[in-house]
This record gives sequence, structure tokens and C-alpha cells, in this order.
Amino acid sequence: MTHDLLSELFQFTNYGELLVLVRNSIIAGAALGIVGGLIGVLVMSRDLAFAVHGVSELSFAGAAAGLLLGVGVVSGALFGSLVAAVLIGFLGSRARDRNSAIAVLMPFGLGLGILCLSLYSGRSANKFGLLTGQIVAVDDPRLHSMLVISTIVVLGLLLAWRPLMFTSLDAEVASARGLPRLGLSMYFMVLLGLATAVSVQIVGSLLVLSVLVTPAAAALRVSRSPVLVPVLSVAFAVTAMVGGIMLALGGNIPISPFVTTISFLIYVVCRVIGRFRFRS
Amino acid sequence: MTPATHDDANAVLTFRDAGIRFGNRTLWSGLDLILNRGEFVAILGPNGSGKTSLLRTVLGQLPLSRGTLSFLGRPVRHGDRRIGYIPQQRIADRGTPVRAKELVGFGIDGHRFGLPLPSRTRRARVTEALEAVGAGAWASRSIGTMSGGEQQRVRIAQALVGRPDLLLCDEPLSSLDLLHQREISHLLDRSRRERNLGLLMITHDINPVLTMVDRVVYVAAGQVRVGTVDEVLTTEVLSDLYQTTVEVLRVQGRIVVAGVPNDDASGHLGADDHHVQAPL
Repeated sequence: MTHDLLSELFQFTNYGELLVLVRNSIIAGAALGIVGGLIGVLVMSRDLAFAVHGVSELSFAGAAAGLLLGVGVVSGALFGSLVAAVLIGFLGSRARDRNSAIAVLMPFGLGLGILCLSLYSGRSANKFGLLTGQIVAVDDPRLHSMLVISTIVVLGLLLAWRPLMFTSLDAEVASARGLPRLGLSMYFMVLLGLATAVSVQIVGSLLVLSVLVTPAAAALRVSRSPVLVPVLSVAFAVTAMVGGIMLALGGNIPISPFVTTISFLIYVVCRVIGRFRFRS
Repeated sequence: MTPATHDDANAVLTFRDAGIRFGNRTLWSGLDLILNRGEFVAILGPNGSGKTSLLRTVLGQLPLSRGTLSFLGRPVRHGDRRIGYIPQQRIADRGTPVRAKELVGFGIDGHRFGLPLPSRTRRARVTEALEAVGAGAWASRSIGTMSGGEQQRVRIAQALVGRPDLLLCDEPLSSLDLLHQREISHLLDRSRRERNLGLLMITHDINPVLTMVDRVVYVAAGQVRVGTVDEVLTTEVLSDLYQTTVEVLRVQGRIVVAGVPNDDASGHLGADDHHVQAPL
């Protein structure tokens, strides 16, 4: 029984051949790790973890609609998360408003997505994948679109890194200094929407937080340096993504349990280390 | 009070017949003030009289409804980096801990877009600014773990690191105990002398800065009075301003104002002496 479960989880026969098959997924996973690790730092400093979850559910709805209408999962996911990100950016400049706006949007998105999926008559693996992630579905055109979007997000973040940090952490002075609060907030939400759309396609909408939030939260447990935190966060996210894909390769289990478990374990270890480091 | 030409060359900030109106309600009007280099002017008045709005006009965040306002001979513009600003709000650590040196660093280039590359001169400027306010040892401490007085020192370093010509402070002494009130007000006083900058400070209590201020602006009941402490803080002037009998007393070198209408004892000049007001 134990043996059955283990072999269900891990099967490493013909591993080398499998690896070639999921080459695209590993590249996409690494790219997503870089994006997630980086944007996570800002998600944490802007207190937007819940917003990430909200955006990912609407991204799921978009992807499901894309599947149903034949527009494609990528454009559907993009459309859904951008709409959600912009809505949340507009509706919630204050944290309290924002959280209720998200709580209203999220179940609506999830419901819409489930409706689209139940109407969809194609392969069922695709359906489940949008919620819990998949590794085999990354073909070349999809990989390219993901890499392009990831590059846009990373560049967009780096170029506005200082103003985004400034408005997140010291809003009063930043706005006295002439930084447009709403403009920067919308700019960030669009980048967040793009990052979410990429994540949904790999880890699935239910588990986006494990890539976009957990690694940064872990990094913040062990460091306070503005340089080290993003670097560690990226390293954690890439480890979770690539490690998760490699482990998932063997069994019939979707990729997400592996990614979320690695991500979670990193967080736990960082919390323990942090306890010792910042004991004061 | 017509300013001499000598004053004009020295002027940092010039209000001429300035006023703010929201809809039909005049917040205040008739402000004529020339703030010179090296001069310390305190803004006094009850809560809701429009003291913070006055600062916001200088920051270019709120337009005047009448009159003119110029900074170094030009109309004010939003985000002018020759103005240092210390907001009233304390900084709470949210997801990301902000260290003192990051906060001061925002004062140098937090508004700048582009890749954030490490720079030696930048680091040196941050260190220098922190040391100048006696906060050199706290560079790596999180703002959230600091006391009010410590936070205020870091705030001052942040405002001064941009080498401003004008320093605006919104209640920098509130929530500090007497010892720290003295320390912070001396630090501000010294900075304006050493750097020859104009200092405009909102305070609900004149006493901590009584021996330092050159002039005061008293805002109340839609009107403004400008002059030295002896000229403005008198029974005659304040009674005329409030249209009722207001008593100004000098008790052991402190100024106590009694009989201000609707004085809630928390937001007014000499408020910590309110027990003296009761018998009157």
C-alpha cells in the first residue's frame, strides 16, 4: 500500500527521456520563478497578498473562457487577470476597500470559470490543469509568449523599483515628492496581472500564491537588506518551481503539490532561521 | 508690513493675500508671509483650522483659492525637491521592514526611475545624513522598532539629505515626551541655522519651541495673524481673532491660552496645560 502510494508519487524510470519532454515546462518554471520572486517582494511591501489571490481567480475565469470560446488559454488568462488587476487598482486605494472588492470579485471569477469549464467539451486534463497546474501543456508558442510576458514584467519592475518601494513604504513623503500614487499603483497592478496570467498556466489559479507570495515572505524572514531580499526570494521561487516540476515528472500527480510543498518548506526553514537571527 | 528688497533676495517662501476655500467655506484667507532663509516660523491654531492645508499648498498638493504663493521666486510646483518634508504620520512596518538607511535613501533617489544600481557616493550621503542627526548607529535598524524620537531623527535625516532650501514639518513633536520634544526641536533649530534653510513647522504647542521661533502664523476662525510670539500670542490679538475673550497667560516662561471656543484640549496651543484653563 505504502509502496503503491510512493510509486504513484515518484516514478523515475526513463527519467532522462521525460526530462526532454518537459524541457519547455522547466524553462517556463524558471522564468516564472524569477518573475514571482521579484514581484513577491513588492506584493509584500504593498500588502497585496490577498489581491494576488483575487487576480488569479479572475485569470482562471479568463483562461477557462478562452478555452471554451477557442481564443486560447493564454489570451484568456491575460485578459482575465488584467481586468481584475485594473478593477482592484481602481476600487481599492485603501486596504479596507480593496479587501472587500477582492472578496466580491473572487468567487464571481471562480464561478464564471467553473461555468466555462463545464460547458467546455474538450479534453478534461486541460480543465483540471487551470486550477491545479500542469506541466506537459507548454508547447513552443506558449513558452514564447510566457517568456515575452515574463521579460516585460521583470523589466517593468526593475525600472520602477525605487518609486514603487518608496510609495509602498513611505506613501506620504513619496507623494509630497511628486510621485503619482494612483498611477504607480495601476502600473504595478498591470504588472501583477501579467505575472499572474503566466503563473496560472503552470501552477494553476488556486496555488499562485505559492509562487508570487511565499518565496518573498520567506526571504523577508531571514533578511532586511533591500538587495538580499529580492535575490533570495527569486532563488527560493526558482527552486520551488524547477524542483517541483522535476519531482512531479515521475508520477501522475499534478505539479502544484510539489511546488507548494517545497515553497512551504523553504518558508518554514526561513521562519526558524529568522527566529534566531532577529531575536531581540 | 511691506518687505524690503533685501528680504526679497532672502525669501524662500512668499504668500501674498493667500486663501483657501472649499466650496462656500473659507478655510482661511488673507495670509501675507515672507519666510526668509534661516528663519523659523511656527504655524499654530486649533484642529481643523487649516494648518495642514497650508503646508499642502506649499507642497503643491492643494491650489490656493486666492492670492499667490512662490517658492524661491517661482510659483510652487508639486514635487519640488528643494523642499524637505516631514509628515505627521508615523511609519508602521507592514510586510516589509524598512531600515533607517533605506528610508533616508528614498530622500536621495526614491523618486527616480531606472535600474537601482548600488553607488558608493549614495551610501556615503546616507551615512553622513544619519550621523548629522545623531542616528548613525541605527542605520540598519527597522523603523518599526524605533521610538517616536528615534523615528523623528531618521525623518529629519531623510528630509535633509536632499539639501533642501525649505523644511516643512507637520507636528514633529506630537507623541514625543518632553525630553525628546526638546531634543528634536533643538535638532531642527540647529539644522535651519547651519544650513540656512527656511523652517516652517506646524505645532499644537508653542512651548517647546518658544525660545527658537522667529515668528508665528496663527490660523483660526478663517483668519490668519502673522508676527513674533509677543505680537501674536496676546489676549488682544487672539480675542479679536476668535471674537470672544481668550486669555493668554505666561506661567513660568510658558504660554498658556485659555478660553478658546470648542477647545478640545488635545489639539490646541498649550494643550498640555489645560488643567490651568479649567478655573477660568
